[in-house]
Amino acid sequence: MATAALQPRRTIFARPTATTGWYSWLTTVDHKKIGIMYGVTAFVFFLLGGLEALAIRAQLAVPDGEVLNADVYNQFFTMHGITMIFLVVMPMGVALFNYFVPLMIGARDVAFPRLNALSYWIFLFGGIFIYSSFFLGGAPDGGWFGYAPLNRDLPSHGMDFYAVGLQVLGVASLAGAVNFIVTILNMRAPGMTLMRMPVFVWMTLVVSFLLLFAMPVIAVALFQLMFDRLFDTTFFNVAAGGDPLLWQHLFWLFGHPEVYILILPAMGIVSEVLPTFSRKPIFGYAAVVFAGAAIGFMGWGVWAHHMFAAGLGPVANSAFALSTMFIAVPTGVKIFNWIGTLWGGSLRFPTAMKFSIGFIAMFIIGGLSGVTHAIVPHDAQQTDTYYVVAHFHYVLFGGALFGIMSGLYYWWPKIFGHRLSEKLGSLNFWLWFIGFNLTFGPMHIVGLQGMPRRVYTYPDGMGWNLWNMMETVGAFIIALATLVFLFNVAVSRRKGRNEAGSDPWDARTLEWATSSPPPEYNFAEIPIVEHRDDFWHKKYFVGPGRTAEPVFSGGAVDHADDEETEPHIHMPSPSYFPLIAAFGMLVSAYAVIFALPAVAIGLLITTLGFFGWVFEPGTAE
Amino acid sequence: MATNDTALTPPAHEEHHTSTGLDNTKMAMWAFLGSECLFFGSLISTYLLYRSRAGSGPTPGEIYDIPFTSVSSFVLLMSSLTMVLALAAIQRGDERGLRTWLLATAFLGMTFIGGQVYEFTTFYEEGLALSKSPFGSAFFMATGFHGAHVTVGILMLLALVGMSMAGRLTVDGARKVELIGLYWHFVDIVWIVIFTVVYLVPTE
Repeated sequence: MATAALQPRRTIFARPTATTGWYSWLTTVDHKKIGIMYGVTAFVFFLLGGLEALAIRAQLAVPDGEVLNADVYNQFFTMHGITMIFLVVMPMGVALFNYFVPLMIGARDVAFPRLNALSYWIFLFGGIFIYSSFFLGGAPDGGWFGYAPLNRDLPSHGMDFYAVGLQVLGVASLAGAVNFIVTILNMRAPGMTLMRMPVFVWMTLVVSFLLLFAMPVIAVALFQLMFDRLFDTTFFNVAAGGDPLLWQHLFWLFGHPEVYILILPAMGIVSEVLPTFSRKPIFGYAAVVFAGAAIGFMGWGVWAHHMFAAGLGPVANSAFALSTMFIAVPTGVKIFNWIGTLWGGSLRFPTAMKFSIGFIAMFIIGGLSGVTHAIVPHDAQQTDTYYVVAHFHYVLFGGALFGIMSGLYYWWPKIFGHRLSEKLGSLNFWLWFIGFNLTFGPMHIVGLQGMPRRVYTYPDGMGWNLWNMMETVGAFIIALATLVFLFNVAVSRRKGRNEAGSDPWDARTLEWATSSPPPEYNFAEIPIVEHRDDFWHKKYFVGPGRTAEPVFSGGAVDHADDEETEPHIHMPSPSYFPLIAAFGMLVSAYAVIFALPAVAIGLLITTLGFFGWVFEPGTAE
Repeated sequence: MATNDTALTPPAHEEHHTSTGLDNTKMAMWAFLGSECLFFGSLISTYLLYRSRAGSGPTPGEIYDIPFTSVSSFVLLMSSLTMVLALAAIQRGDERGLRTWLLATAFLGMTFIGGQVYEFTTFYEEGLALSKSPFGSAFFMATGFHGAHVTVGILMLLALVGMSMAGRLTVDGARKVELIGLYWHFVDIVWIVIFTVVYLVPTE
């Protein structure tokens, strides 16, 4: 009735309608497609960042290596850091937020579908922008932390790309954060109270708040750097009275919440995988949620532990040492809860579970070496050595990336309708696990022996040769594991193999209640939620002796895939304008560096994009 | 319910129901403004660190013209009043009144920006360039980003006027005006902080 009354009106603002074909990917506002695009893009950047790491390890395999010269080495280790943090781990988390948060809370999409598309396009263009620096006079070469005053003095355009590129990526993160906060708070299905939400959704919420408040701080620091480089302001010009410590404070006030932005999504994933494969609800749900929130708050009070060597004085150092040790408490709470979840469960060990357990083990090592940094005199010994490199790879690779891999194996059947091969998955895990420990384990030792990080070569006779060779071998094993993963993705696609129904793992949360892959509208009928782990409670009831007894077969599954009930659900129409607005930002970004007045063109394109955004009709006819 | 009963459930209803009862766009605006607090907080902190580092250039005490800035601050604060009147007008369904007060708000905003352009020019002529000293850099950056926010606000006010003339505020218009109003009031409040902390707190 309502739709029939409106006549199609062809205007320049008419909304695109394609939902299949390559064109549909450019205009889509579907959170699931956007999630896949985030994931694919982040994986491509993962390969690039991985190649940089391999080049670094090849250079360091033997003393006085000659694979890379110092200049290229600086660009590679800087880009490796920027890539893995901003273009891999963060967007991989966002990919999974995108795909699963609406499904897990029983929503049909995010609160602002077009804003979601805008976030993706800005992220993609930001990544391309930063990587194009390799062809435009050299990539950023001042480290991912870009310390002042080096950041303002480095001669190539690299640090311009750093300042502008990270700014662009920050806009994407900020828009995404706003979107997910509103989605999680406002779009929950009836009965999905906050304390019934899956832990993954909770962690998404905490991460979104961290992004919301951390991004503007780095934005100011990056503007200051950009202005210093372009307009000769004196924020970090020591000769003119600028203070390099300002950069460190602003950077780490962003940077420490950032590490929780990187790890909390993985903690959320693990909190979904472990209960499913233990056939138990998560142990101490409320404690896990509150520990996550506590990390979110306390994460703002520890930043100066990155600056113990900067000479802030004993009072500041002691305060930040204490807060840093204290933040290990909620993290420990989570680890005990995960172990408690495993305890007494009827465990299964598919690849997703292996990665989750690997996550716990590796993260404990990384967490403990992190606590050693909190001891200020100890930190003075470790600072700028490979010990620190070992530490943060154990939390970011052993933690975040293990968690993400676990999530990929766990949710793959939901996204693509088939499982990944468990045989290859197991090989993937063990190679990855062995390669990882071989690469980063010895770094503890060479670090304590005094091998400095960020230096492109080292002399013979320091006792570092064996360890460095082991690290390089390990890195290539990780590369092999990555190839196994890609091979797994390729062969598992073949039709008929590993066919997954809607609920292949006998899982607990709502995303498994709809078909695999889910229809565009996610649920034909918005679920009514009555319990935490509602889907499990629709499948089972607790019988005598606390055993799980099945409810009648199929009672829980949404009928989205039934032909005869194909529902007519109003979904947001695709739109060109997010892409256009984001493209304008890309133009502006290049203009800032190469032709300042042309920023006007970029701003004009972005403004036109938003103009169309506001004035395009609500639906395509 | 999962049948072909589209006619019974027009999509609009679905969109307006939220878990918290708060409107989605309003919640998003509040979240964004929360983020902006940290943005201006960082700019003002930088200013506080650098305000006494004037190098060979003029110091804050030498260069600020407090009476002038007081007047332009008053103009900006009055624009919050006209913004409230604009919202009251659309809530009554009075779109003519809405446009009048929106234009008044935009005009007051532009007057403020004009004052800032005049102030920046004067300061520059008196020897305070962006690159003169950390004080100059921090001052121009903090107040300049505020000015940019006011400018964006003016553009959004004018867009609202345009939308009203195109008849696009007849449905749900009060919400859209309130949304832009939230932003506008926030930018005004930030100016109160900047005027107090940047201009009024004496340096030496």
